[in-house]
Amino acid sequence: MSAPRMSLDFPVTGGDFIAAGEAASKIKKTLRQLGIDAAVIRRVSIASYEAEMNIVLHARRGRLVLQVEEGEIRVIAEDEGPGIDDIEQAMQEGFSTASDLAREMGFGAGMGLPNMKKCTDEIIIESEKNLGTRVVMRFLNK
Amino acid sequence: MVLAEEKCQGCTNCIKNCPTEAIRVRGGKAVILTERCIDCGECIRTCEHHAKKALSDTLDDLKKFRYRVALPAPSLYGQFKKGVLPRQVLAALLRIGFDEVYEVAAAAELTTYAVREYLKEYTAGNGRRNLPLISSSCPAVVRLIQVRFPGLIPHIIPIDPPYVTAAKLFYRNRLPELEFPPEEVGLFFITPCPAKITEIKTAVQQDYRVDGALPFVSLYGKLQEQVETGEKAKVEPKSTGVGIGWARAGGESVAVKWENALSVDGIHNVAALLEEIEMDKLNDIDYIEAMACQEGCVGGALTVENPFVARVKIRKLAEAAGDKKLPAEVSALGRTLYPQSFFYWTEELTARPALQLDKDLSVAIRKMEKIGQLMTQLPGLDCGACGSPTCRSLAEDIVQGNAQLSDCIFILREELEELARKLLIFSQKRPQTLRPETEKEGKK
Repeated sequence: MSAPRMSLDFPVTGGDFIAAGEAASKIKKTLRQLGIDAAVIRRVSIASYEAEMNIVLHARRGRLVLQVEEGEIRVIAEDEGPGIDDIEQAMQEGFSTASDLAREMGFGAGMGLPNMKKCTDEIIIESEKNLGTRVVMRFLNK
Repeated sequence: MVLAEEKCQGCTNCIKNCPTEAIRVRGGKAVILTERCIDCGECIRTCEHHAKKALSDTLDDLKKFRYRVALPAPSLYGQFKKGVLPRQVLAALLRIGFDEVYEVAAAAELTTYAVREYLKEYTAGNGRRNLPLISSSCPAVVRLIQVRFPGLIPHIIPIDPPYVTAAKLFYRNRLPELEFPPEEVGLFFITPCPAKITEIKTAVQQDYRVDGALPFVSLYGKLQEQVETGEKAKVEPKSTGVGIGWARAGGESVAVKWENALSVDGIHNVAALLEEIEMDKLNDIDYIEAMACQEGCVGGALTVENPFVARVKIRKLAEAAGDKKLPAEVSALGRTLYPQSFFYWTEELTARPALQLDKDLSVAIRKMEKIGQLMTQLPGLDCGACGSPTCRSLAEDIVQGNAQLSDCIFILREELEELARKLLIFSQKRPQTLRPETEKEGKK
């Protein structure tokens, strides 16, 4: 029998601030039940939450995919949205394209992607203008 | 928490409200999963049959000691009729069998000093790592963190709660003045809190031991009688409003006087807030006072007075006793003791991974997949008729070998329906040797 590898899907709806954060919360609960180290869970939760909020703030719809296997956790955030113009610029602290409404709600400080990067061991961002964005975040689980 | 089995009706009211899903109904009675229970007392409040109780001592246990000391929690002062003063309550404790009262409210003022010092040092020295810090004074919150939010353990302020400080102070300052050897002196915490009782009952032997815990509810009748009939005064309280205020939600932060703080009460509200802290959403706040009971300790599961009424009484008593400033002698004692690490925990806090499916990650992953599979079969109504609080928790129980799919009455009904359909089909099948119905009838 091959080493088990798990994959779970958590849908996210753009603009839905009531359910915002639930996908990340479920990911956190799942990892806790799997007995993952608390410090690793912490990093995954924060990065997942930021990724989820990016979908809620910018995209029409998307999903978080959680993959767990021995030694590694991956969270993939995919969305159908506007895409990112300049990924390098988006990675700068303080850069944001969030709407005024989102800013009024306390989001859009331009810390999302930099925070995600800080929490991950590797982050790969692919984006296509007017189609969407796919972020793969890898976390090593000792 | 323990169950009074003869009172339990096997209803499912308690299982739904437990913040760690620690209760199941099995064999017609509630069963408490000890490793998950945080002793918050929600089930005591929920159970209309009063079948949940805390393990505690009685006044009879005082007899084991020659010199008996009461450590009354600050919230005790708010349990009596309007106009009853702390000194009457303290005098009443002496009349029901104690030789001395040593106020936890007074110790809370030292705790106030220690928490403030710790906050000053921490926020000055650590950048903004592991913020907000979380108060350790509510034991149910501390245990909720150990079970459900282990990642937040580094956020907890490692300073003893006031009753422990009271005990430590007693052994340091007061015991040497007495002519009794330590083993003949008994310290009893008078408390509204099931979690504190469990903490005392399960504590490892310490040199500042508290020997027993008595809940408000069990002493109330006797105290009430003494408060009403006994003459006034006699014991002058040492505490001021700063310590008395700790009895109510927000009292700790008011006492500590920290600008950038937030106070939350009610175990489900606390859990929701901890959830946000785990996502790092509140890192611009320094300090969180979190109380498991609504309204704080005055809302403890083992209190008598209505929490809202008690809260107002505490506020008034605190104001009357002066709640604006720590007494100079308290600050002076704090300045001496703080550098000696007097207020710090002696033991490190560890996670209690009671929600983990398996120690082995590959086994846990398989179990998680099986849970996902089961969830597609279960109705998702979270009715609790199976004895588990939600469909999800039933799936977890099945995977852990503690329940079966047919415990779900909807699945059972489907299985019966299937069986009935098969029965009908079988009943219509006729052996070859039997003549068909129509032919038989024609013959008649």
